[in-house]
Amino acid sequence: MIEALHLTKTFRDKKRGEIRAADDISFRVSPGQIYGLLGANGAGKTTTLRLLATLLKPTGGSATVAGCDVAREPEKVRAQVGFLAASTALYGRLTAREMIAYFGKLNGLADAEIRARTKRLADELGMHDFLDRRCDTFSTGMKQKTSIARTLIHDPAVMIFDEPTLGLDVMTARAIVKFVRECRNRGKTVIYSTHVMSEVEKLCDTIGIIHGGKLMAEGTLAGLRATYGEQDMEEIFVKIVGAEDAK
Amino acid sequence: MNWTNILTVYLKELKDSLRDRRTLLSTIIIPTLVMPLLTFGVGTVASGVIGKARSETPTVMILGGEDSPGIVARLKESKKIKVVLTSLDWKEDITEKKVRAAVQLPEKFEAGLTAGAASTVVIYHYEGEMKSSFGAGELEKLFRELREQTTTDRLAERSLPATLAKPFDFKRENVAPPEKVGGNLFGGLVPYLIIILCFTGAMYPAIDLTAGEKERGTMETLLCSPVARVDIVLGKFLMVLTGSLSAMGFMLLSMGVTALVAGSLLMGGGSMAKAGAAAAASVSAGSVIPLIDPFGLVGVLAMVFPVAVLFAALALTISLFAKSSKEAQSYLAPLMIVIIMPAVIGMLPGIDLNARLALVPLLNLSLVCKEMLSGVWHWNYIAIIFGSSCVYAAVALWLAVKMFNREDVIFRA
Repeated sequence: MIEALHLTKTFRDKKRGEIRAADDISFRVSPGQIYGLLGANGAGKTTTLRLLATLLKPTGGSATVAGCDVAREPEKVRAQVGFLAASTALYGRLTAREMIAYFGKLNGLADAEIRARTKRLADELGMHDFLDRRCDTFSTGMKQKTSIARTLIHDPAVMIFDEPTLGLDVMTARAIVKFVRECRNRGKTVIYSTHVMSEVEKLCDTIGIIHGGKLMAEGTLAGLRATYGEQDMEEIFVKIVGAEDAK
Repeated sequence: MNWTNILTVYLKELKDSLRDRRTLLSTIIIPTLVMPLLTFGVGTVASGVIGKARSETPTVMILGGEDSPGIVARLKESKKIKVVLTSLDWKEDITEKKVRAAVQLPEKFEAGLTAGAASTVVIYHYEGEMKSSFGAGELEKLFRELREQTTTDRLAERSLPATLAKPFDFKRENVAPPEKVGGNLFGGLVPYLIIILCFTGAMYPAIDLTAGEKERGTMETLLCSPVARVDIVLGKFLMVLTGSLSAMGFMLLSMGVTALVAGSLLMGGGSMAKAGAAAAASVSAGSVIPLIDPFGLVGVLAMVFPVAVLFAALALTISLFAKSSKEAQSYLAPLMIVIIMPAVIGMLPGIDLNARLALVPLLNLSLVCKEMLSGVWHWNYIAIIFGSSCVYAAVALWLAVKMFNREDVIFRA
């Protein structure tokens, strides 16, 4: 379960003054649900997800992840979260097995448990061929599989995906989307940020449209279609964001 | 603070660093090679150049001397110099290294010698040019011999004893034990090398583990783990400290081996002996070869430890602030000059440790190491230096932890 209540993050910039990267954002994601955070570049998606993953501290509002407060119990939150982003890379000089084991240890797992979970993940993701190869020799697909295994090694209750398909080829992107669905099917709470409309249409149970740090609209795909009288997600998005820009 | 997590981060960083060629180069390979290269490489080249210059007979010109044929003939007969025809542009010839030196004989020099008149012979040379100074040296030697012989002849003519001109003789005798001689000779150099290598040993791992991780995108991956940031920064700090201490350890080990090899060559003679003389620091006791006090070396290691902590924390903090490895390098490279300065000052003769200097970081280390290596133990200063170094190191480490908790630093892009 993720619950954000008036979540706010402001940064100070020498040139631009105060920037409200996340501005009074409130939403709720239940287990077995995928919440899609849709927004253009710089809309505040990454900041919101980093706040939930406790990589950043909120300057206002609050949020709980799997029952833990992001401001007061950041370590407990991270123990419940699997965070996968385009910006979370692998250690090139470690093998996939070492990479997974390292994050298993950081999550407090015992060696025997790490070995068993690594085997299971390698079976599920088809990683046995490259498990003992150094990550800097991997193809994009291999890297993504290893990253997925890294996020799942501690079997987190909450999965946070920040534009995970950014820059990936069609086949790798499809594999990621399939994996996100599987997370939902396993009863995990999933939050997924993207600016790709088709991914939101295919994947998300609830969609939140974010723009200028504010959550502009929220609802199911059917609900948004009904509210804005458009079938196409892109048209809905432009209507919401365009209306805000015109103000 | 969780020591299991700190150890997990440290062991991973150690494994990662041992697979990185650049880290291996700065923490193991260069420190191991620096002493043999300095001793045998530079030493052999220097002794070769000097040997070649010495084996060459210097060409000299005689200015004047038409009225002193005996002196001119004596100079021409000498096998130590080669007299060439005098040219009008003799100064230019010296400058352009066509001749090494020139000697100006005063008018009626030979007649003056017989008559007992005082006169001055001028030797022209090119200051700072090795071969020119060898030429001038040979001329000086020849004229010194001539002067001594003239004195002896004059005394003999008057039936006076030779002791009239040389009433007594004197010589130097060393009373310092070999380790004190070694301490004075190498006491400045050893801390200087230790300080430089400790910093260079910390520099590359610090850059790789902070700015390098930011650049490669692994920093965010690591921060996603439930480990507290203080544990991450301490794990990384321990790795940087390992780099710093290993650079120093390998340098000292290599220095010891080099000294043994150079010492045995020195004892056995041979052309390499001259090259090895500079590092002959720990050969058998009782010989004339200088030694380094082993207790002094242990003391140096103890004093260096907080400084290595200071370097590791400082390098980590500065690199952490940088967005990329390149930016981190541009911050740390000028810092090297700041670090070298007190080390160089410490090497200068005449600068002695006092209570005020004992608080100046690095300079205090350089000065106290010089003393300890020569067997002098000023316990009050040692306590001040160790204590102040620990305080500086603790502040630097606190700064590193503080920096690691700053979002604007960690996510600086």
